[in-house]
Amino acid sequence: MDIWQSIVDYKEEILTIVRLSLIVSGTATLFSTLIGLPLGTIIGLKDFLGKKLILRIVYTLMALPPVLAGLIVYLIFSRSGPLGNLELLFTPTIMVIAQTLLVTPIITGLVAASIAGKEGIIYDHALSLGANQMQAYFTVIKEARTNIIASIMTGFGRAFAEVGAVMLVGGNIRYTTRVLTTSIVMETRQGNFAMGIALGLILLIISFAVSTLVLMNNDQFSKT
Amino acid sequence: MCLYELDGVVKKYGDRTIVNINKLNINRNKVYAVLGPNGAGKSTLLRLLNLLEKPDHGILKFLGQEVNTSTASRRLDIARQMCMVFQKPHMFRATVLENVAYGLKLRGKSTSEIKRLSEEMLDVVGLPHLAKNAAHKLSGGESQRAAIARALVLRPKLLLLDEPTSNLDPYSVNIIEDIIRFSQKEYGMTVIIVTHNLFQAKRLSDETLLLLDGKVVEMNDTLAFFNNPQDERTKSFLDGTMVY
Repeated sequence: MDIWQSIVDYKEEILTIVRLSLIVSGTATLFSTLIGLPLGTIIGLKDFLGKKLILRIVYTLMALPPVLAGLIVYLIFSRSGPLGNLELLFTPTIMVIAQTLLVTPIITGLVAASIAGKEGIIYDHALSLGANQMQAYFTVIKEARTNIIASIMTGFGRAFAEVGAVMLVGGNIRYTTRVLTTSIVMETRQGNFAMGIALGLILLIISFAVSTLVLMNNDQFSKT
Repeated sequence: MCLYELDGVVKKYGDRTIVNINKLNINRNKVYAVLGPNGAGKSTLLRLLNLLEKPDHGILKFLGQEVNTSTASRRLDIARQMCMVFQKPHMFRATVLENVAYGLKLRGKSTSEIKRLSEEMLDVVGLPHLAKNAAHKLSGGESQRAAIARALVLRPKLLLLDEPTSNLDPYSVNIIEDIIRFSQKEYGMTVIIVTHNLFQAKRLSDETLLLLDGKVVEMNDTLAFFNNPQDERTKSFLDGTMVY
C-alpha cells in the first residue's frame, strides 16, 4: 500500500473532494448554528410550556441515524415527493440540507445544556446591570462561548465524518457530490485500501486543522 | 419620600408561597437591612424589587410608577435605576475594568466617559492596580468589591445587596462595609441589604425588617428593632431561640 503515491496520483480529484466536503459540511454547520444557537439559548434560559417535551425531541434527534436523515430528505425531494419539483436530488444543496437536519439538533441540544448550567446567573447579572433581553442573551452567548464553540465543533465533526445521509441524497457522483467519506466507502468497496486510508488521513488532518484554528483564539484553552 | 411601594405582593413557586407582603414602603436615601432565616423569601424579595421576577399578585410602584403594567421600554428605564449585587457575583470573562464598564456600555456612554467613570470607581473600591487583570481570577473579596464597583458606577437610585459579605474574611467585610457607607452618603442612594449578620445590620442600616415565610413580621428603626422588638417572633429570632 503506497498511501503517499495514491495522494500524488489523484491530487486533483482529491482536492475537488476535499473542497466539496468542506463546503458542504461548513455550510451545513453554519445553517445549523444560525438555527441552533438562538434556539438552544432560549431553551437553556427560558421556562415555558412544553420545554421538557422540546428538549426530549431535541435529544432524541441528536441520535438521529444519518441514513434515516438521508432517507427522510430523499423522500421529500424525490420526484414523487412534496418538493420533488425543485430537482435538488444528487446535488450538493441537498447534501447541505441533509447535514443541516443532522447537525441542528446537536448544536441546539449542546448549547441548551451549556446555557442551562450557570448561564442563568449570567443572564440575571446582565439584566440587573441594565441589559435589555437581547443584550442579556448576547452576554450569555459571549460568556458561554467556550462551550458554544465546542458545540459547533461537535456539529461540524458530525457533518464532516458522516456518510449515510450524503451517500443517499448525494449519490457519490464524481466531481459533483463525492465527498471524503463517500470516497472512502467507495475505495474500500473497490479494494483500493491505500486510497481509502489516504482519504481517511486527510479527513483527520483537516478536522485537526479546523479545531486548532477555532480554538487558537479561545482564552479558556490558551494554556493547553 | 417613598422610592418603592409594595402592595399585596405575592410570589409563588408552584404551590409554595415565597413572598407575601401586604404593605412595604422603601424610602429614599436610607439603608435597610433584611433579616430572616434561610428560605424566608429574602432573595426572592430582592429579585422582585430588581424586576428579575414578576409577582403573581400585587402592585410594585417605583417612584410612583407601577412596574408591572409598564411597557417594556419603561420597565427597562426603571430597571436601569437600580442594581443588585449577588451573593456570589459572576465576573464576566474580561478585565476588571471592562467588567466595571459593562453597564455603562449598555447605556451608550462615550468611550472616554466609560473609561473615566470606571477608573474612578475602581479607585473608590481600592482596586485600581487590578484594572487590567482577568476578572474571573480575582479572589472572593476582590470579586465582591469589583461587583460593587460595577453596580455603583451606574449611580443607581436603589442598590440591592444579597448577602454581599457572607463568604468573606473580616478584613474584606470591613472594606465592603466602608464602601457601602461611603457610597450611600456620597451618591445619595437607597440600599437594601440582605444579611444573616445581625451586627452588620446594626452597623449599616437605618431600618431593619424581619421576613418570615415571605411576610414582613416587623419593620422598625434599627436601634428600636434590636433594643425593643415588638413582635415575639422578632425577639426569639434575635436571641437565637427561634425554631424554623
